[in-house]
Amino acid sequence: MPNITYAQALNEALREEMRIDPRVFLMGEDIGHHGGIFRVTKDLIDEFGAERVRDTPISESSFVGLGIGAAMAGMRPVVELLFMDFALVAADQIVNQAAKLRYMSGGTVSVPIVVRAQQGGGRGNGAQHSQSFESWLAQVPGLIIVAPSTPVDAKGLLKSSIRAGNPVIFIEHKLLYNTKGDVPEGDYSIPIGKAEVKRDGRDVTIVSYSRTLLFALEAAETLSQKGIEAEVIDLRTIEPLDINTILESVKGTGRLLVVHESHSNCGLGAEIIARAYEQAPERLIMPARRLGAKHVPIPVAEPLENAVLPQPADIVEAVEAMF
Amino acid sequence: MPLTPERLQDAYRQMLVIRKFEEAIRNLYQQGKIRGSFHPCVGQEATAVGGCWALRKDDYMTCTYRGHGQAIAKGLSVRAAMAEMLGKATGCSKGKGGSMHFTDPSIGLLGANAIVAAGIPHAAGAALAAQLQKKDQIALAYFGEGAVNQGVYLETLNLAAIWKLPLIMVCENNLYSEMTPSHETTSVVETHKRASAFGFESIQIDGNDVELMYNTVEQAAAKARSGGGPIYIEAMTYRLWGHMMGDPEVYRTKDEVSKAKENEPIVRCGQRLLGLGCTEADLTRLEGQAEAMIEDALQFAEASPAPQPVDAFTDVFI
Repeated sequence: MPNITYAQALNEALREEMRIDPRVFLMGEDIGHHGGIFRVTKDLIDEFGAERVRDTPISESSFVGLGIGAAMAGMRPVVELLFMDFALVAADQIVNQAAKLRYMSGGTVSVPIVVRAQQGGGRGNGAQHSQSFESWLAQVPGLIIVAPSTPVDAKGLLKSSIRAGNPVIFIEHKLLYNTKGDVPEGDYSIPIGKAEVKRDGRDVTIVSYSRTLLFALEAAETLSQKGIEAEVIDLRTIEPLDINTILESVKGTGRLLVVHESHSNCGLGAEIIARAYEQAPERLIMPARRLGAKHVPIPVAEPLENAVLPQPADIVEAVEAMF
Repeated sequence: MPLTPERLQDAYRQMLVIRKFEEAIRNLYQQGKIRGSFHPCVGQEATAVGGCWALRKDDYMTCTYRGHGQAIAKGLSVRAAMAEMLGKATGCSKGKGGSMHFTDPSIGLLGANAIVAAGIPHAAGAALAAQLQKKDQIALAYFGEGAVNQGVYLETLNLAAIWKLPLIMVCENNLYSEMTPSHETTSVVETHKRASAFGFESIQIDGNDVELMYNTVEQAAAKARSGGGPIYIEAMTYRLWGHMMGDPEVYRTKDEVSKAKENEPIVRCGQRLLGLGCTEADLTRLEGQAEAMIEDALQFAEASPAPQPVDAFTDVFI
């Protein structure tokens, strides 16, 4: 099986879906001959031409809106936002339009659009280029939210997202693009709405996704050396949330930690923990915990950024405090 | 090809259906039977009928919360529209959309929108889809001059021009942005000049003349359909009622409104028909037919079942 990067896996998914389905086309800034700042759309314009790989002006609101209109008219647009932070420029089109049109029309229209964007910190991009918005977006009924952590999931989930028939926010992470993994050649898909146990363990359940999933796996190795075996669950899909896989794991471990890069305050960790206490309080032998970004904008200097965003050592510390 | 005298009679009746629809809604609203807001299009029926009748059924259209007339003119069932207003399961959106979100893709109506200017890129996107699919469909976006200071309006002007989309943008300039005179808040309030600046072929016309509206959109549609790129039509009109129910209309005088009534599209179309040889009796007959349609729609909507609470949880995700 080829060992390729996360960015290459996404590129394969786009290329394969564009070959299979003439309705699929791409829009975004610098995605054509430039190939995208993270090379996700590299060389696609050579195979599919400028009609289907469309460079846009820096006008997120309108090109997301055009994507919505094209989707309603039978196309399968995949729209790229250069940074997730720019989703706020297109927030009306994402939140008021894409998410709601199917519902408001009584199901007579559908909006099969994928909005891809990379988010997150870790490379000093500052407060307007490092945010993570999945907790916000999960508050909006009508949006599917996907956030793969590995190349194999990235390819399989992007294919599922393009075929989903409903609006999908496809969350990438700027520091995952160069990570590598084994990825099957050709067509396969990973189902939306299914978490995966990425590491088995009996003592504590760590739930994460995207880049902090890799931190959780790293922390699990450290914890193992200290005699704590962590089960690490990769959510892969934020919405709809696979709470059953989490509760099943907690049945065995009795301890739950949720780790994410979006801010802790009113975040996804709070939601997952609330659901765990609502649905299976008896399974939690210790109070559940969450780790997210601390409640300040994301700073640039490395020691500052590391102090704000959860690090592997923070995960180890949080788990140890549960024993 | 201009409307024949027979088709002009049909257009007259269609404008009356829209007028009487809005009057019926006002009555229902005053009886407390309508939930939410209602933004009437009374006085703007010619832009709706002239514009939509110049399109094909499979052409796309988006409009705004003041879009009852446009939706009906494009072909939305008056029964389904009325039922939607009353929140019935038989409404065009099963009671989920209401007054501001009439939608029916079977007639190309991709949706009325409650966010000012937000539907414009959807029409442009549908035009892009037609272009990519090598089909000869076009799209038309209705919006008011109150939309021209929204970023997405300006952004879409740019994209539509640069991509030569088969798109007609119709600005219904009714002089007031919600409850403020537009000239007070808008630099270059003649909005067609803005479109010209983006490279559009653009024109300002009398939007209360249904024949002129029809001819203008028909020519624009032919141009767009043949790959000639987007066209911008600024249709000057006047909203005879307030922005919404309960608008105290402090921004204009009663005198101004009564003067505007002399220029309103239905009266003008009636005079034109008389000039073409119709009799007063013909006009009365057409009005009676319009009334009957509204009465039928009211009876249908009143007799229709309400949606069940469990229906609130369908039509989202898969």
